[in-house]
Amino acid sequence: MSPDLLTAVTIFTLSLLVGVEVISKVPATLHTPLMSGANAIHGVVLVGALYVAASAHDAVGYVVAFLAVAFGAANVVGGYVVTDRMLGMFRSRRAPEG
Amino acid sequence: MDTLVGYVMLAAAACFVLGLHLMNHPATARAGNLLSAGAMGAAVLGAGVVIVRDATITATGWLVLVAGAATGSAAGFYAARSVRMTAMPQLVSLFNAVGGGAAALLAVSDLIGPGEALTVRVGVPAAVDIAIGAVTFTGSLLAAAKLQGMVSGAPVVFAGSRVVNAALGVTMLGAGAWLAVAPDSAVALALLAAAALAFGVTMVLPIGGADMPVVISLLNAFTGTAVAMAGFVLGETVLIIAGALVGASGGILTKLMADAMNRSIPNIIVGGFGTGADAPTAGAAGGPVRAVTADDVAIQLAYAAKVVVVPGYGLAAAQAQHEMAALADVLTAHGVEVTYAVHPVAGRMPGHMNVLLAEANVPYEQLLDMDEANPEFTRADVALVVGANDVTNPAARRPGNAISGMPILNVDHARTVVVIKRSMGHGYAGLDNELYTRPATGMYFADAKKGLAALAAAVRTFVS
Repeated sequence: MSPDLLTAVTIFTLSLLVGVEVISKVPATLHTPLMSGANAIHGVVLVGALYVAASAHDAVGYVVAFLAVAFGAANVVGGYVVTDRMLGMFRSRRAPEG
Repeated sequence: MDTLVGYVMLAAAACFVLGLHLMNHPATARAGNLLSAGAMGAAVLGAGVVIVRDATITATGWLVLVAGAATGSAAGFYAARSVRMTAMPQLVSLFNAVGGGAAALLAVSDLIGPGEALTVRVGVPAAVDIAIGAVTFTGSLLAAAKLQGMVSGAPVVFAGSRVVNAALGVTMLGAGAWLAVAPDSAVALALLAAAALAFGVTMVLPIGGADMPVVISLLNAFTGTAVAMAGFVLGETVLIIAGALVGASGGILTKLMADAMNRSIPNIIVGGFGTGADAPTAGAAGGPVRAVTADDVAIQLAYAAKVVVVPGYGLAAAQAQHEMAALADVLTAHGVEVTYAVHPVAGRMPGHMNVLLAEANVPYEQLLDMDEANPEFTRADVALVVGANDVTNPAARRPGNAISGMPILNVDHARTVVVIKRSMGHGYAGLDNELYTRPATGMYFADAKKGLAALAAAVRTFVS
């Protein structure tokens, strides 16, 4: 599954360009939710942390894995929940108050 | 099975992009975030399937995995539910810290763990990952502490701090290069980690509170890059894609914020605003100002057809956004058109002021960014400035002072201007604001919260 270096660099470069394209279209009004949403996306580091936990076999490995999984999970859960909470506050003029 | 999980990861990556795309309008943004969250769930589930299938995980490994996930999720959930909107920059900073920290730990674990012989192919991204991840970890923690007021928000510059910074930077580069070519050297790893952790602190220490929007954006870009590098180390494509997306997002926001503050990124990192040669220049310094009362302003507002509000950080610091929205409601009910002109650096992070106003139930149609707002001022009867200073100073259009060239809101184009301010104190740039001494400007000296409440009451009495 692991891509060779050239493929990986290609993916990285194209993803950067896609990111620049998509994110330049986000209005300034939403920059805070954008940042916390992007924050949640980098929580995908949790996937890597899970693999690390799966291959850990000694005390140091377990400690590192625990920290990485906990950090990653906090990042994912907290990031998405707070972004949703913020976006829920952005109401249109016509929407009922709540 | 690997192929299937590979496709799930690809779908997740595609949904991250679509989720970000849906963020281009407030009406679809929430759905975009949910889509992104669902994709994240699928990716984590996919990883879980692979772990179960491989069955190389030990019982302790499972315990560590579940305990870590439960602890992290609970902490993240609690923080996200309980945080106040004014404290959002701190929380985002903390998420940057844990993301960067986790990314660095992945590389550390890969280097110290068992497995095939390590090569430069792993060494280079691992070294970059550990360097950036560790800098982000301590830098973001310190930034959060500064924003929270646990550490002085003022720029902290000690004698020889630049020398220390340079020394740490060189150590980091050296140890990084060493680790890149000798990935199994424990000494190189320890040296790099220690230098990077220390550099994170010394990098953020001299940066002042007003520069925080740039710093948070920059650390966000760092985290993204660190996660992408972790993806290179582990050979996980989804980490590379997600990391690159966040890196792009952080990079763009950093550039926008630095432009909006009229400063270069290196200049902010080196730190110390106004400590250089740019002494305040005389504008209309010390000229007479026209002080007005709540009743004067109420009449002015009630007779206006169009009012543009310019909220600044002072509004948020005084927790006055609800009073502001209440005043706007009274005016709107009376038939006055009210909009908000939001400067990019009006809060402590990009877009912060918009969230604070949205929390006070201001509809998003009334929130205008700088480019939308500036043409509106010429049609405005009253521009109401609350807690904003440097971003309204017309001196920025002239060369030769500390804010020359900074993009500002054209408040002076409005027919009349009312400024709510506690005193004639200066903004961050330490300049006199010549807006205040113009004949069309009335100064209403009051605390933002009390002043706005008084205005709302006065308008109510006047129109009833």
